Order: sequence, then structure tokens, then C-alpha cells
Amino acid sequence: MGKFNKSGKREMPELNTSSLPDLIFTVLFFFMIVTTMREVTLMVKFRVPAATELEKLEKKSLVSFIYIGKPLEEYQKKMGTTDRIQLNDKFAEASEVQEYIYSERENMSEVDQPFMTVSLKVDAQTKMGIVTEVKQALRKAYALKINYSAALRQ
Amino acid sequence: MAKTKRKVPGINATSTADISFMLLIFFLVTTSMDTDRGLARRLPPPPETQEQTDNAIVKERNVLQVRLNKFDELLVNGEILDVKQLREKVKEFIANPNNDENFPEKHAKTLPFFGDVMLTDKHVISVQNDVDTSYDMYIQVQNELVAAYNELRNELAQGQFGKTFAECSEEEKEAIIDYYPQKISEAEPRKYVGR
Repeated sequence: MGKFNKSGKREMPELNTSSLPDLIFTVLFFFMIVTTMREVTLMVKFRVPAATELEKLEKKSLVSFIYIGKPLEEYQKKMGTTDRIQLNDKFAEASEVQEYIYSERENMSEVDQPFMTVSLKVDAQTKMGIVTEVKQALRKAYALKINYSAALRQ
Repeated sequence: MAKTKRKVPGINATSTADISFMLLIFFLVTTSMDTDRGLARRLPPPPETQEQTDNAIVKERNVLQVRLNKFDELLVNGEILDVKQLREKVKEFIANPNNDENFPEKHAKTLPFFGDVMLTDKHVISVQNDVDTSYDMYIQVQNELVAAYNELRNELAQGQFGKTFAECSEEEKEAIIDYYPQKISEAEPRKYVGR
């Protein structure tokens, strides 16, 4: 009986991968849009406090960041373990904040300058002394719009 | 001339997937999904002259003293409170529903949408913290203060327009903000000696 041909080789049908690039591209575009490149390497560790009344930080180009926290372990030998301020890629003192704001402002277009926002990313365990010093410096530099970075509390 | 059909050789697209995979992995690695959120605040401009600071004398009943010591304890108008109680206290202070003498005085003001209303527009919430107060506690207090304002504004918006504050139009928002202006002042931190 030749009805069931067992001798014939059975071939797996090949998987059609022609749409694979399109799929990958879609995912790629998604990530390209949502991505925000981290411009600075963090040298302090911080865990921001939790709060409920948060506002989103919009327009990244208008935002300057100030990080305050304890230095990462590899820097602790040099900088100690007390809270430190990080501006751009280096540690700084509160007295340098004013200059930092001026230089950040200079890099902005004139139209954007009044909308400049300073985001303070401060570790929850930090003492208020250093934060207040930074705030005073910001006041002197007329960078009055600030944003205390915080995580959303559920 | 005889037209000969020329076949265009198909471009080999097998490696497109690999290329886009590489880009994808690059963006996957560099991406940080967390959107930055935070408490937006506005700092007062630096004091220009000494006189300016002296001019701002306010009546005692108009001020809510919020103090934080270095043990993260909260003192509101001389009363030790928990952070959780702060919101209600602040709301009561700002709104002054019973026209209490210990709460801020009310002034008549005409606002769009609301007409003539009595407002506590002279109130000030004064936050003072110690040098050794933790930042976490400071943010908790700030958060409660902002939450009190937001809740009051939302209640007002619900009562007047039947929608939340966020859904109101710009003019409506402005009127509500005039109704409950946010007045949080931050005094210079103090170094308390001992306890």
C-alpha cells in the first residue's frame, strides 16, 4: 500500500524571518524615544526620599542637576565619608555652586534662561546643613526654580 | 531594440536584523527609564537690603510655625505633632473655616468665578529646620504642606466647578490659586544648643 509514504524525507518548513528586522526596529525606536542619556557619572550614592505630591520634570534641556550624598566607595579614601556635593563630574564645595549655575545658564539660549530649573538629587540621610548652604547659593545665583527629586510613594 | 527584462538583484537583508539588534542593545544599556519627578518649589530671591526683611512683619495669628529639630521632631505652633497629623493641621490653618481667632484673619476679596469671598490671604507658613535635621524629614514636611494646599484646591475645584484642580482651565486654576495662595517661607536654619 502506497498510501502512507514513510520513506519520504520530512522537512521542517523554514521559519520566515523577513519581518524580524521590522520588529526589532520597532522596539529600537521605542527605546530611542524613551531613553535619556546619563550625562554625568555619579560619584555619590543617593537614595531619594519618597513623597506623594510630585511633579514631573519636563524639558530636560532646562534642567541642571546637583547631587548630594556620600561618596562612592572608590572615592571614599580621598573624599571621606561625609556628605558631598557633586557638580558635573567632580566633587565641589557649596561655594562653587553659584559659579556652576552661572556657567550652566550661559550654555542655555537666552529664551530659555528664565525657565531654568535646578534639580536637587539629595540622599534621604543627608543633614539639612549642606542642603541649606546649596539653597542659599542658588538664591544668590537667582536660580529660584528648584525641584527636590523624590520617588513616588505608593 | 528589443526590450530585455532585466532582473534587479535583491538586496541581501539578512544582516539588518543583526544591525538593529546591536542598536537595540546599545539603547537598552544606556537607557534609564525613570522619569525625574520631584517636589517643585520656588526659592525667594536673595534679600537685597536689610530694610526689606524688616518690612515683612506679620501678625502672630497669621503665622504657622513649623519647626524641625535635629532629632527630626516636629513642632507646630508650640505643639509636638506627628508628620501624619500635619496635613489636617495645615489645612485647618489655611482655610480657617470657623473664623477662629487663633487662625489667620480673613479679608474680603473679589475673585472671578467666586465673587466676593473672605480669604486668609495674609497667612504664612514658616518652616524652620535645624542644621542636623535629616533631608528625608524635611521633604516629608514639605510634602505634607504641598499636599494640604493641593487638597484644599481640589476640594474648592470640586465644589465650584465639579472637577479636579488638574482638569480646570487656566482661568479657573488662576482663580483657585488666588483663593488659596501658597505661602511657605523658609527661615534660616538654626543650630539649637542642646535640647
